Amino acid sequence: MSTLSIANARIIDPASGYDDFGTIVTRDGRIMAFGPHVQTEGDIIDADGHICAPGLIDMRVTTGEPGRENRETIATAAKAAAAGGITSIVIMPETDPVIDDMSLVDFITRRAETAPVNVYAAGALTKGLDGKTLTEIGLMSQAGAVMFSNGTSPIAEAQTMRRLLSYSASFNALIANRAIEPSLSKGAVAHESDLSSRLGLTGAPAAAERIMAERDVALAELTGGRLLIDMISSAEALEVVRRAKSRDLEIACSVSINHLSLNEVDIGDYRTFAKLDPPLREESDRLALLEGINDGTIDVIVSDHDPRPAGEKRLPYAEATTGAVGLEILLAAGLSQVADGRLDLMAFLASVTSNPAALLGLESGRIAKGAPADLIIFNPNAPWVCNSDALLSRSKNTPLDGRRMTGRNLKTICKGRLVFDSSH
Amino acid sequence: MTYSKPLIDDIFGGIRPAARALDKAATTIQGWYDAGTIPQKHWNDVIKTAKEFDHHLTPDDFFPVKSPDASSFGYPFEKRHCLSIDDFHRPDIETLLSLGEHYLDLNVQKNPDRSVLKGKTLINVFFENSTRTEKSFELAGKRLGADVISMQIASSSVKKGETLLDTAATLNAMNPDILVVRHGSSGAPALLSQKVSCSVVNAGDGMHEHPTQALLDALTLRQAFDGQIDGLRIAICGDILHSRVARSNVKLLNMLGAEVRLVGPPTLLPTDADRWGVDIFHEMKTGLKGCDVVMMLRLQLERMSGAFVPSKREYFHFHGLDRTKLGYAKDGALVMHPGPMNRGVEISSDIADDPDISLITQQVETGVAMRMGILHALSEAQDRSKGANR
Repeated sequence: MSTLSIANARIIDPASGYDDFGTIVTRDGRIMAFGPHVQTEGDIIDADGHICAPGLIDMRVTTGEPGRENRETIATAAKAAAAGGITSIVIMPETDPVIDDMSLVDFITRRAETAPVNVYAAGALTKGLDGKTLTEIGLMSQAGAVMFSNGTSPIAEAQTMRRLLSYSASFNALIANRAIEPSLSKGAVAHESDLSSRLGLTGAPAAAERIMAERDVALAELTGGRLLIDMISSAEALEVVRRAKSRDLEIACSVSINHLSLNEVDIGDYRTFAKLDPPLREESDRLALLEGINDGTIDVIVSDHDPRPAGEKRLPYAEATTGAVGLEILLAAGLSQVADGRLDLMAFLASVTSNPAALLGLESGRIAKGAPADLIIFNPNAPWVCNSDALLSRSKNTPLDGRRMTGRNLKTICKGRLVFDSSH
Repeated sequence: MTYSKPLIDDIFGGIRPAARALDKAATTIQGWYDAGTIPQKHWNDVIKTAKEFDHHLTPDDFFPVKSPDASSFGYPFEKRHCLSIDDFHRPDIETLLSLGEHYLDLNVQKNPDRSVLKGKTLINVFFENSTRTEKSFELAGKRLGADVISMQIASSSVKKGETLLDTAATLNAMNPDILVVRHGSSGAPALLSQKVSCSVVNAGDGMHEHPTQALLDALTLRQAFDGQIDGLRIAICGDILHSRVARSNVKLLNMLGAEVRLVGPPTLLPTDADRWGVDIFHEMKTGLKGCDVVMMLRLQLERMSGAFVPSKREYFHFHGLDRTKLGYAKDGALVMHPGPMNRGVEISSDIADDPDISLITQQVETGVAMRMGILHALSEAQDRSKGANR
């Protein structure tokens, strides 16, 4: 029986809106009690007045295991996640081989048994991510897949998407589809704008995102499937989601932390580390997306952790790969926006804890009696400078290298065990 | 099956001479004319008297295998075609089922009255391949005395570019009495029926209907449940979307008072099927609860490659009928399947082969009898309408 208490903390639970100073007592990986008048028991961690919140849940993490272990393994990703205050990660199926079978879901689960944080697998929507052939969604759900995704490529054919949403509805499975209209985005490497045309880069218009979002909303309405519009990047697509939600459709939407922190100007001078998918868009889009978090239109913020070795990044802009690491960035970059007054702290925390937990059907992501003791302690005001060399992730590709940040994770507790401590 | 008038006219030369010879009121003979049959208690009198007129009758001449109720509830069966269950009202269905039941007796079936379709021509026109339905119609027609020919259109003139209506005109020129048609396009038999002057029986059209299958299923159920379909809870499971059998069965079983449920993955259920007067389920566990009958449908394997369901493995896991899933149904629930079966895909072999719970063999057996009944009823309706026009 292991007992751990966190004393002297500002306890914030976005699920219930709880915000008060006090103590949290955990036993055997579960929260036993919390509040201002709770007595400490067992081992004691002094939070020193910092915020204690549920550990973050990151719904979109890509690793290289199996197949591309030079980019990242499950073990290195889990270590980086713990450092970043993330206690649950969902691994994307875009590996080699693709996670499109229950035995591969099982492989991920087994590989993650010794990981410091909770690791879940997302199953592929189509065989080998071919965009056409349905995978065994039912069997993979039973094997433990928490959601289904087609990786970075969208389901292009409406009929296929319809059948996927319809078929998965009987398993209540969450279907994530990227909002990209493929024919409009073909060959695009940037946002279609004045800037990208000056740079001579092929752009994808925001309309490409809006069209796909509209299509998927219509299909979800037709079939009753559970849809996650994965990583929107434009105000136009946000508007589609807002309208759908105003009609009480059960549609969820995510955004990557990069698109809340950066805009298209960051690719100036052809900085390939800021080459992302979807492309960074205009400042007005970024501000709209932040507002979308505050008003609840956007449900989830993901890190979109996509580790790439420098060799894949240090290429001419059009040839360089997309993606950025984000596990150690997500919390700090979010808190930086809070410090800038752009983001509401409670709305931010909900979008990385209780909202993803609800979508994935996890019991973590909240501070409540009996809930898993997945907790973090962070200082929302700590200033620091992001140094990519100091990242724990096997790949160091981040567009935020050298950037000043406000707010940092101090300690991570997963299943009642201290798995990260910044003071060591 | 109106034999009384020709018989009496032939022997006695009309109502009044017959009434005198038999020492009966003319109205009695008129009654025989109207009914088309002679009640059994008068057969001996008629045989004896006929001898005096040099006619040697046997009980067979009285058509001893008379249908029990060719006109149940006082509604004579007057339909020209059998295209859809929608064509029939309840009394028609009762008539057809009683006739089918009558032919179910193997003695009757093997020694039937071959005059029912005597002199009639039945053409099987199959635009799609079929074995059991085609042979079942062929056997039914032959047992009732018709001239039966089967045409495999799939491999003949259509390949040479003939349209359906050209084929219809060609067939019509052969003066058939009944056309049994199977076609891959929904509504094709109905189109054909408008262009020919004979009866058309739909033996399955596209994803629309297969009315004779539904009738034989209903007859099988009647046999299994002592005539009571009313109140049975019946689950039709699997590929409803592509199934013409399901569409016909939903209509017929609903008409007969059963509580019909459809169980299948959402991709294999038609949109808005809940408006068919049935309950929709996506899980076998809830769908089979309390069911008296589980009707499995064939998963059309050719359509399966990842488009509607991911794999045979997943399909069998969630929707294939095995002992565990059958356990969700009522104790002693019976299993049906219109065939051909995919063992290990929608049904496990041990269930399909268990004679205590599987009605699958009975269904095939009932098929011939039911089709004899349908051909009988249509032929009789033809005769009646010809009589009326005369």
